[in-house]
Amino acid sequence: MITAGIDMGAKNIKVVLLEDGKKIRARAQELGGTDTRGATEKAFNAALFQAGLKMADVSHVTSTGAGRANAPYAQDNVTEVGAAARGAVFVHPATRTVIDIGAEEGKTLRCDAAGKVIDFAVNEKCAAGAGSFMESMARALEVKLEQLGPLAMKSTNSIPMNAQCAVFAESEVVTLVHQKHSKEDIARAVHDAIADRITSMVRKVGFENDVVLIGGVAKNPAFVETMKRNLETDVLVLEEPEYVGALGAALVAAENAGVK
Amino acid sequence: MVEEFWRWKEYRWTSPDIDWKTAKTLTCGVDVGSVSTQVVLMADGELYAFSNMRTGSSSPESAENGLKWALEGTDLTRDKLAYTVGTGYGRVNVPFANRAITEIACHARGANFMYGPTVRTVLDMGGQDCKAIRCDEKGKVISFLMNDKCAAGTGRGMEVFAELLQVPIEKVGELSFQVEQEPPPVSSTCVVFAKTEASGLLRAGWPKNKVLAAYCSAMAHRIFTLLERIGVEKDFAITGGIAKNIGVVKRLEKELGLTVATPRADPQIAGGVGAALFAKTLVEKGKA
Repeated sequence: MITAGIDMGAKNIKVVLLEDGKKIRARAQELGGTDTRGATEKAFNAALFQAGLKMADVSHVTSTGAGRANAPYAQDNVTEVGAAARGAVFVHPATRTVIDIGAEEGKTLRCDAAGKVIDFAVNEKCAAGAGSFMESMARALEVKLEQLGPLAMKSTNSIPMNAQCAVFAESEVVTLVHQKHSKEDIARAVHDAIADRITSMVRKVGFENDVVLIGGVAKNPAFVETMKRNLETDVLVLEEPEYVGALGAALVAAENAGVK
Repeated sequence: MVEEFWRWKEYRWTSPDIDWKTAKTLTCGVDVGSVSTQVVLMADGELYAFSNMRTGSSSPESAENGLKWALEGTDLTRDKLAYTVGTGYGRVNVPFANRAITEIACHARGANFMYGPTVRTVLDMGGQDCKAIRCDEKGKVISFLMNDKCAAGTGRGMEVFAELLQVPIEKVGELSFQVEQEPPPVSSTCVVFAKTEASGLLRAGWPKNKVLAAYCSAMAHRIFTLLERIGVEKDFAITGGIAKNIGVVKRLEKELGLTVATPRADPQIAGGVGAALFAKTLVEKGKA
């Protein structure tokens, strides 16, 4: 039986197709933009095409993410926190803490071996602990978002940032550039700043090993290194980190469709 | 050249009624804020001249330029200034200041001068922070609350919106009332998220003015929650750049259920005025 999970994120829409609640058949994503419905259809069709399947082959669809209530195709939905825990434990069964940094929110949760959530915290109010912070900083530094992490890895010098707010931090980055700090050092300062925000959120909920990172920001190696240093523990990045939420939704879909 | 919509007008002013040569004590107040710098010259505690400009990347330079501009056109020279007090975010970086005093104290003192001794609550809406100050009839601070961590509710947040909507910042207030009906406020607190939300509203077909109205009202509400925490006692004065944005001020008045006091000069110079008044007191007490 084929089930699907759709993660309606603030920025991207992700789709995962799952066979018998066990095997990932396809992953696809599309920029949400203004027409989230059209973007979802596109991502869904891309996933079907990859797996060589048709819409009629999909028995159950579950959505998650910020826009989950308005997901096309979905019969039901699951919270982002619930989906993240399920997906993470499926990919890495020893997962007990999940840190999920998306475009417009940051979450941390503790879960049990079954992927059941024990406690969690969400920041959806402030860009300082979310992916859009990195986007603003990349813009201020005039580098591509993907370059920000590798740039920070080359830093030789730690400089503190005073601003927490993404808007103020943007001005501060410009000031640091004027003060002739290297782009590498400024990129590192930016990573330290966002990691500090997320660390304080993680500490609030507490953490237990294994700690895993998911969401788009997990693909940034400098961020991962900074989180390891801050938490003084190993932090694993799950394979295809931005799809873990959609995967969790596909697992819930399988369960709701009666797959044992 | 690309038009910069956030950029407000820099200017200077000299009093037509005062001859500095007849004054006993000439003092100077320099408010180097995170966004704007004001240099205020006072003759025996009366407003003689001031300059109001954008803060550059260096505080000492901004202070220096501000002083030069304030003196421009007057035949007053800096050696005649008995005492100078620096205030604001860059107060310790004013090379020619004799002393630095916090902007909280200076805004309360300045508001007392500019709005009269009946002022008990001062809201200073600056470029990168927002402060609610309770003060006595002498302009002395009793208590205060401050947000300097988050751009929501600050001038910088408004600049971001002016730029996004391509509306000159000085017109934001006026335009925000040119709507058929007052829309609900922008729901995101964070300026970054509010920008995304506003882009969505524009795409959904909202006219610019309606989006401005929604943002002004969100900002008014944000400031209201800060004021609510400290409690507002009449008279209520607003200092800082946002005091000139009627889109925020009128909506805040409505939410508070009271009217904002009218200043005798540009509300943006209140900090500098307070600093110059402190300078005068210090000279008179022989502490200069």
